[in-house]
Amino acid sequence: MPAYFDHAATTPLSAPATSALVEQMAKIGNASSLHSPGRLIRKDVEEARERIAGLLDANPSEVIFTGSGTEANNLALKGFYWKARAEDLARRIVLISAIEHHAILDPAEWLEEHEGAELVFIPVTSAGAIDLVFLKDFVQRRGSEIAVIAVMHSNNETGTLQPISEVVEIAGDIPVHTDAVQSFGKVDFSFSQLGVTSATISAHKIGGPLGVAALILRRGLDLTPILHGGGQERDIRSGTLNAPSIVSFAAAAQESTSMMAERAIYIRSLKKYLVESLSTIFPDITVNGDQIHSLPGIVNITFPGTESDGLLLLLDAEGFYCSTGSACSAGVPRPSHVLLAMGITERDARSSLRFSLSFSNTMTEIDQLCEVIGSVVHRARAALARG
Amino acid sequence: MKLIAAMSGGVDSAVAAARVAEMGHEVVGVHLALSSNPQKYRSGARGCCTIEDSHDARRAADVIGIPFYIWDMASEFHEGVVENFISEYSNGRTPNPCLRCNEKIKFAAVLDRARALGFDGVVTGHYAQMKETPEGRLMYRAVDPAKDQSYVLAVLNSEQLAGAHFPLGDIVKTDTRKEAKARGLYVANKPDSHDICFVPSGDNAGWLRDRLGSESGPIVDESGEVLGEHQGAYTYTVGQRRGLGLTVPAAGGIPRYVLKIEPKTNTVVVGAHEALAVTKIVGDRPIWCGPAPAAGPHHRGFAQVRAHGQPLACTYVHDGSEIKVQLDEQLFGLAAGQGLVIYDGDRVVGSATVSETA
Repeated sequence: MPAYFDHAATTPLSAPATSALVEQMAKIGNASSLHSPGRLIRKDVEEARERIAGLLDANPSEVIFTGSGTEANNLALKGFYWKARAEDLARRIVLISAIEHHAILDPAEWLEEHEGAELVFIPVTSAGAIDLVFLKDFVQRRGSEIAVIAVMHSNNETGTLQPISEVVEIAGDIPVHTDAVQSFGKVDFSFSQLGVTSATISAHKIGGPLGVAALILRRGLDLTPILHGGGQERDIRSGTLNAPSIVSFAAAAQESTSMMAERAIYIRSLKKYLVESLSTIFPDITVNGDQIHSLPGIVNITFPGTESDGLLLLLDAEGFYCSTGSACSAGVPRPSHVLLAMGITERDARSSLRFSLSFSNTMTEIDQLCEVIGSVVHRARAALARG
Repeated sequence: MKLIAAMSGGVDSAVAAARVAEMGHEVVGVHLALSSNPQKYRSGARGCCTIEDSHDARRAADVIGIPFYIWDMASEFHEGVVENFISEYSNGRTPNPCLRCNEKIKFAAVLDRARALGFDGVVTGHYAQMKETPEGRLMYRAVDPAKDQSYVLAVLNSEQLAGAHFPLGDIVKTDTRKEAKARGLYVANKPDSHDICFVPSGDNAGWLRDRLGSESGPIVDESGEVLGEHQGAYTYTVGQRRGLGLTVPAAGGIPRYVLKIEPKTNTVVVGAHEALAVTKIVGDRPIWCGPAPAAGPHHRGFAQVRAHGQPLACTYVHDGSEIKVQLDEQLFGLAAGQGLVIYDGDRVVGSATVSETA
């Protein structure tokens, strides 16, 4: 039986999200239309917005729907940068953690290349959490030059939770954005308590549909839009509202949040079982990242002497689906910048796999994985040792 | 069998992969990333290994219904093929990087990795035939003489041949395109790639000049008289007539050709066409594509020195480290570094690298 261990990449559409999507797709109307069908769609969208806001502990007007998490991150990072520069030319530092997803990393690099930003990375500890001593010192020295700080809520490759409340406290008046696509629906996440200026959440990581996400942006703040048009979302994001996906997103968010505590206990027990089972077979493996302050389902493991793309190919053939770090635009596997930032050698980074578990996985699946992994790792080691 | 299909993104490797998959083998498609900094798009028929090519390979694998991965062979390719190409030119020799790539990458690094991962061999879209014989697997020319690629595969030893599969050896190229179309492969009409894949501009001389500099030196005749100046000896090829830029006319107005390149003195030697005549060839680094012919006695066969050159009747002899060839009739223009391939009829006997000519 195939087993899907890649829920950090995307999740299956949940039953409530599926029925909400199908039901909504049968309705006609543009949420911006003034007539009755339009108003009905608008009502559905606003109810979805209120539900999501409620689950996040945010105000409905703080929810700005976008087409993807990447779009929301771009909107925040570029928006805060441009806003800060417009108010004070000296504010040109974009301060981000060294382990951000490409949806933050790449817009930050773009700002550096094209918009005169100075990009500074916050280093991380060997456990994969940002170095707060560095952050505090940097903000003390150069706080007046910082346009925006972005630190993800939890890392997508290791699952390590980041000390966002401390970042907010250190940042003071500097805007703080957090990419929370991996955290929302998996661990407690309160926008108002956290005190960040903005956050990104995404539907397809929590059993919702692809192509819808949201930027949660503190009330009263205006950001420069990236897409110009009808200004449907607070004049910050334009484009006809994707009502079916938004309604389905809300259904998925409701379901995942209501089941979160119960599922987290189960998923953590699965993760523990996976790590213990693999450690019994291979005493030389290492588990990367903080195992206590972490998401329930993500586990990143180095299998010394292998190449992760070889492991992935062989596991894929056996029906076990997990992932390596990121690939470049040509599809060539690259050593993970996250693991490298944690001080892991390039060799070990190239020997690492991410398993991301969900409530739908079982101990039986892990047992089945452990039945084949010995031969898989053996062959992957032989492949690396070739020549 | 479990096979790795090397898929360039072109029509040949796509049909080759489809054919073995259809035969019931367990096939996994692999695109080799050979450049650490690939270009986005192909420009016409030039080069390969662009991001567009990897996309085309992936699409073909999807249509065939086989798994697909990208293998990063950029550093192996650079060390084994590109650096060798540069160093051969800097030594005044004319290498064939396709031979080198088959020997060091496709049927070495890739085949070794495939075997270690539990696969039985590598499938490519090369046009050559394999036949099982009492002497093991032997390689023959393809059915389509215009596409025959046995020359660039003549660097494979028995062990490599045992894991090499060429499903297109028995069809002609036009049929490959028809078959691709019938199979719903989008690449059916994609142009063939020519030239050297890592020189996407097609400007071999310019590419070498960027890497080896353009130190000027004398162009001399066979007596040593200086006739002109060149801007980088390695940008010339033995047998080249045009582009010499000589202003001193030759006696009797006969055209002059590049006869040899002397890297130590950075000199290009030119002379009459007759001086290009070769009847004796010595090749080093022999590789036998099957059982080695007996060392010592003379054998009859055919020698081929270019990918689409004519097979030339010859007598050859070898001592294990060198092959000596006596051609029945002279050929014109042969540079050190070129591949010398020996055929017995249509069977590929082996190959060597040209080291001396006379």
